Amino acid sequence: MNIASLAPLAVVLPILGAALTFLLIRHSRAQRAVSIALLSVTLLLECFLLASVWDGGTFAVTLGGWIPPFGIVMVVDQFSSLMLVVSSAVSLAVLVYATGQGMADGDHDAPVSIFHPTYLILVAGVSNAFLSGDLFNLYVGFEILLTASYVLMTLGGTGPRIRAGVTYVVVSVVSSVLFLISIAMIYGATGTVNMADLAIKLGELDQGTQTLLHVMLLVAFGIKAAVFPLSFWLPDSYPTAPAPVTAVFAGLLTKVGVYAIVRTETLLFPGDSLNTPLMVAALLTMVVGILGALAQSDIKRLLSFTLVSHIGYMVFGLAMSSKAGLGAAVFYVAHHITIQTSLFLVTGLIERRGGSSSVDRLGGLAKLSPLLALLFFIPGMNLAGIPPFSGFLGKVGLLQAGVELGTPLAYALVIGGVVTSLLTLLAVARVWNRAFWRRPTDAEHPDPVLLADPEDPEALQPAGAGRTGMMVSNRTGTARRAMLMPRTMVGSTLGLVVLGVALTVFAGPLFELSDRAAQDMLDRAPYIQAVLGDDTVVPPAPALGGGK
Amino acid sequence: MSVNLTLLIIMGALYACGIYLILERSLTRVLLGLMLLANATNLLILATGGYAGLAPLYSKDTAAGDYNDPLPQALILTSIVISFAVTAFMLGIIYRTWVLARRDEIQDDVEDLRVAETPSFDAEDDAEIPIETSEFPLTMVGTDGGDVSDHGSPGDPADRAKVVAGGKEMPAEDAAAEEKPGSQNVAPTPEGDAK
Repeated sequence: MNIASLAPLAVVLPILGAALTFLLIRHSRAQRAVSIALLSVTLLLECFLLASVWDGGTFAVTLGGWIPPFGIVMVVDQFSSLMLVVSSAVSLAVLVYATGQGMADGDHDAPVSIFHPTYLILVAGVSNAFLSGDLFNLYVGFEILLTASYVLMTLGGTGPRIRAGVTYVVVSVVSSVLFLISIAMIYGATGTVNMADLAIKLGELDQGTQTLLHVMLLVAFGIKAAVFPLSFWLPDSYPTAPAPVTAVFAGLLTKVGVYAIVRTETLLFPGDSLNTPLMVAALLTMVVGILGALAQSDIKRLLSFTLVSHIGYMVFGLAMSSKAGLGAAVFYVAHHITIQTSLFLVTGLIERRGGSSSVDRLGGLAKLSPLLALLFFIPGMNLAGIPPFSGFLGKVGLLQAGVELGTPLAYALVIGGVVTSLLTLLAVARVWNRAFWRRPTDAEHPDPVLLADPEDPEALQPAGAGRTGMMVSNRTGTARRAMLMPRTMVGSTLGLVVLGVALTVFAGPLFELSDRAAQDMLDRAPYIQAVLGDDTVVPPAPALGGGK
Repeated sequence: MSVNLTLLIIMGALYACGIYLILERSLTRVLLGLMLLANATNLLILATGGYAGLAPLYSKDTAAGDYNDPLPQALILTSIVISFAVTAFMLGIIYRTWVLARRDEIQDDVEDLRVAETPSFDAEDDAEIPIETSEFPLTMVGTDGGDVSDHGSPGDPADRAKVVAGGKEMPAEDAAAEEKPGSQNVAPTPEGDAK
């Protein structure tokens, strides 16, 4: 009996929570309590899971008592448990933020009673995808999280959200169909959907079939992860959703795609057969994404483009098929989930405090709210990769691995990575200069709330809170300011920023963990033997030509 | 292993129609396309199960090879349920689009168009930096200790640059101030001509 045998609870608890909160749909206070409590318990459980595999070891849990190649297995190894912990921590922070927003706005903007069950189902889907040791179960995990995300994306049913939702749904469904087709073909070729079993049997197919299946999986996951030629749906659809929803999407959904690509590249199709196209895609993702970000004036859209751009770093790391590259990619995924989510949460706060998320309308926020400025500045610099933050450490790891590889393409990617990092700094600095540093009167179309006299309580009525109709004349200015930046929202954002800084402080142990995870993934034997039994003969991975 | 050619041909036709339909702008057609794609994929999964056989109910007398492979059918069931949920959701979205816009079409992204129309010149980023960038203009001190700064002294109007504006000569600084947004001078006159 091992703590790892409790791994299915990471999926079951959120689903139970979804059912409970759905029953409590008329009692919003009980709903909040149940969902936050259940998610905290899940996070605690996942911390134990991570602790149990911290020093190494892979555990497989067979579901329903089926013998491994036939039934569904869940696999807990260092990579999956690290992803679980980071994703749950982030989703817990976003949940607290969303409840704070719901309480402050009187739940007018969105039917938040539906939010809780849907959100918990999304978390369950993400956990299922991370834990799954079965290709079809991975598909089911994807579908669970996607279906929940469709609902969250169109929450409230306003015109722009419906328009963005259509694009998002159609693109996601097409990518899911592609994934399903690949599963069907893989099953037709090998007769199994168990990933450990596939790792052995796919290697026995002839090279042409292998490449076809490999490419199909990569295209399907590439759409979900928003890798360059397949990334255009993302900046179109994410920014219109409510701030907490965008934040959790940006943090988690694309990373599930990256996770699936990592598993494909290491477990199912080891070797470097498609490394060159992947590296080219990574380079283009980085550069095209960040150039798109520079053209934006809306902070949410700008961040969506930087999100696409930084997916390129992760693809770069995993495409090197070396221990150093993969380890840095694992670290970078954990870092980026935290940072990107906190930036989107801060943007939600900027929108509340400044009345808009467009830098043309913002100004002087640093003076109005120094705390907000700090909350934006730290993750912003972290995203751009300024030392000593974790973004810098992750990028240095990736660049070192690239230089170690030493091919011309790897050097091109190293240069592209540095340029992208600088351009990210430019994009973030432009937001900083305009929204935080200049005087509100210098803005092209300053929002009235910025120009208002801070001592005048009437003028502080924000555009967002005005709709609630809760403003009565006996409220003081301080209370209004509290409405603009509710303590729960600021607190949860602060928590995430602190988590981001903690990733920097504990980068040493974390990097060692990612390196061990990368070593295990490249070995493949720990994963396969954990699922199929210790006496399974693991075929050696094809020789890596990319190294030396 | 024998292949059911009819099923394969139907599958191909469904894929072709489905892909054609999802490229349309009309949402209802896109939905139909998605449904066709999902069903074509179900047929593909069925085909991967191999040749037809007995129902996979265990009996002692049947050889293992005579059974049909039950796993693809389980996969199909799951995928049918999922595509059912997606179809229902898409119908909801299409109805909502109709309620909001009275049109069954994908709408253009307003922000996309705005960004596309934005010129590459940015007034704030690309403007020439004025000579005096500090908020605290200091008097420049020359080598002899005298004031050599070129901002001129306000008490000496003859030294200041002059421009001809509106039929009369005026100091350049004043003319620039009057051209700024918010100045009454830039508002159009009732006749519509700018002086």
